[in-house]
Amino acid sequence: MTLLTSISIGVLYAAGAYMLLGRSLLRMVIGLALLGHATNLLVFTIANPVIGRPPLIEAGQKTLESPYSDPLPAALVLTAIVIGFGLISYTIVLLKRAYTSLETDQLDIITKGDLP
Amino acid sequence: MPILIPLIGASLCVLLLGRRRLQEAIGVLAGVTSLGVSLWIAYGVWADGPSTLASGGWAAPFGIVFIADRLSAIMLVLNWIVGAAAIFYSLGGTPTRLARVGHYPLMLTLLAAVSGAFLTGDLFNLYVWFELMLISSFVLLTLGGRPDQLRGAVTYVTLNLVASMIFLAGAGMTYAMTGTLNMADLAGRLDYLEPMTATLLAIPLLVAFSIKAALFPLYGWLPAAYHTPPPVVSALFAGLLTKVGVYALIRSTMLMFDQEPLLVGNAVILASGLTMVSGVLGAVAHNDMRRILSFHIISQIGYMLMGLGIALRAMAEPGIDPAIPELALLGAVFYIAHHIVVKANLFLISGVVYKLRGTTDLSRLGGLARTNPVLAGLFFFSAMSLAGIPVLSGFWAKLALVKAGIEAGQTEIVVASLFVSLLTLFSMMKIWMKAFWGEPHPEQRRRAAKRSLRTMMPVVWCMAIISAVVAIAAPQLYEIARSTAEELIDSSRYIDLVLPPEAERWQPMVAPPETGEVPP
Repeated sequence: MTLLTSISIGVLYAAGAYMLLGRSLLRMVIGLALLGHATNLLVFTIANPVIGRPPLIEAGQKTLESPYSDPLPAALVLTAIVIGFGLISYTIVLLKRAYTSLETDQLDIITKGDLP
Repeated sequence: MPILIPLIGASLCVLLLGRRRLQEAIGVLAGVTSLGVSLWIAYGVWADGPSTLASGGWAAPFGIVFIADRLSAIMLVLNWIVGAAAIFYSLGGTPTRLARVGHYPLMLTLLAAVSGAFLTGDLFNLYVWFELMLISSFVLLTLGGRPDQLRGAVTYVTLNLVASMIFLAGAGMTYAMTGTLNMADLAGRLDYLEPMTATLLAIPLLVAFSIKAALFPLYGWLPAAYHTPPPVVSALFAGLLTKVGVYALIRSTMLMFDQEPLLVGNAVILASGLTMVSGVLGAVAHNDMRRILSFHIISQIGYMLMGLGIALRAMAEPGIDPAIPELALLGAVFYIAHHIVVKANLFLISGVVYKLRGTTDLSRLGGLARTNPVLAGLFFFSAMSLAGIPVLSGFWAKLALVKAGIEAGQTEIVVASLFVSLLTLFSMMKIWMKAFWGEPHPEQRRRAAKRSLRTMMPVVWCMAIISAVVAIAAPQLYEIARSTAEELIDSSRYIDLVLPPEAERWQPMVAPPETGEVPP
């Protein structure tokens, strides 16, 4: 499970970085979204998820038995997903505005006015 | 709580989105009360020592704690000085069009987020405040939706989103290695790791904070965006946003990642030197008042981190006089305080110039000293204190930094900083000569804006007076900054404050590695 998620994190980061390096707005949004997913998955994997072992203390015992999923990263990742969702929605709207008002999707042209 | 008041104010403002006057009233009320509360907190910190608040009643390290120590208190007060100034300035400086789409609630959420970031004692909570700050700043930046705002915002949003993801990944990995997110708890537990592992954990966090603080080579987003929004928003951003990054850098290196100070210190020194030089060169090259001021922010971030870098490097050397890192941090803290006030004021002045003449492009300005002598005087005063002319506030800040640098034997950075000072003076003189001196440009519009100036000028005056007070009361403020630096270096006080008594703390299964110091 951890191996599988680790590999997918790597693939997602690579794909996200590749998309961000593209020169078009659409690729950029997809790249940002992929990076976000990769990060969320990373935080999720930190919990060391074990199938069928919720972090519940069994009846009659005082402590958790060793292989269990840490619940805190799940809470963190939930917060991060919500925040990430809001930010990505904002970015999409922003890029849509930029696209319609500047009439191009090429980042070179969009940001050209700002390079020193 | 200085976080709750503005948030309540912001929600009320959203409800009253169409009613400009009521929004203004709420904004002013929230700003002034928060400033009062922060002053009260700061007074409490100095009188009775730092205070904490465990939110939700969960004791640290399990719940999220808010901590007001000296650094947090100083930053909080500065935050609300700039915040209140910006709100008052908006009364005259903001078109009703912007007020109707949410200028005031966004400013309040931004200020609340910055206060939260200064006060929190939890790494993940810091991330949440950063995000709240980002989303408010994104919207404030693009409010109005002019094409050049959108241009700047595309760069700004992308880079900051990437920074947030790096931060989140860093925080996640830190949790994975240590099992805690509480900063004070982290400080203890990181010492049990191999120093190299701890430094590896620090890298994503420090990179993310550096992007937020606009360090070389990661500052591309700042000059692309800061000159585009309304002047008051630029002033708020210039005063606060990058400083949150600087605060996070200081906090994380001094409190948590102090395992390999030499390595981190070298990196910080190198980055700060390059930041200074490249920032000021950008300022020299540009020809628009607000763009020049934006580039100056970058070069001054370099100064603040120079203090941090010198301190870290000095702490790594065995047998060095403990006064040196203290002096360097004193300089950094003093510089932040001075910079926030002066820089925000310079942007506010550029807003007045814009209001008067309809442009901030230097080639189309001129003769403002003749038509508006008071404004010119205020600009001259602020610009000179930024450049660090003796007796003004910037001088005292730079004096401490340079002295610490020389005493620590780090002459390279001192030479660089003095050279940068000279260039700062040069580019400020460029603004002065072109905008204020000489004949008025024939094309420039004369706007009749007496009414809005009536509310804008007092704010500029107040900020100038505050910076004058900083200069006059320098010895007292040195003492304040010195005790702050002392507290930063001796992080055990912070840890003792947050965590339960020593005996009940988490103990590792294995002995700490030989190389690490014995944790407090």
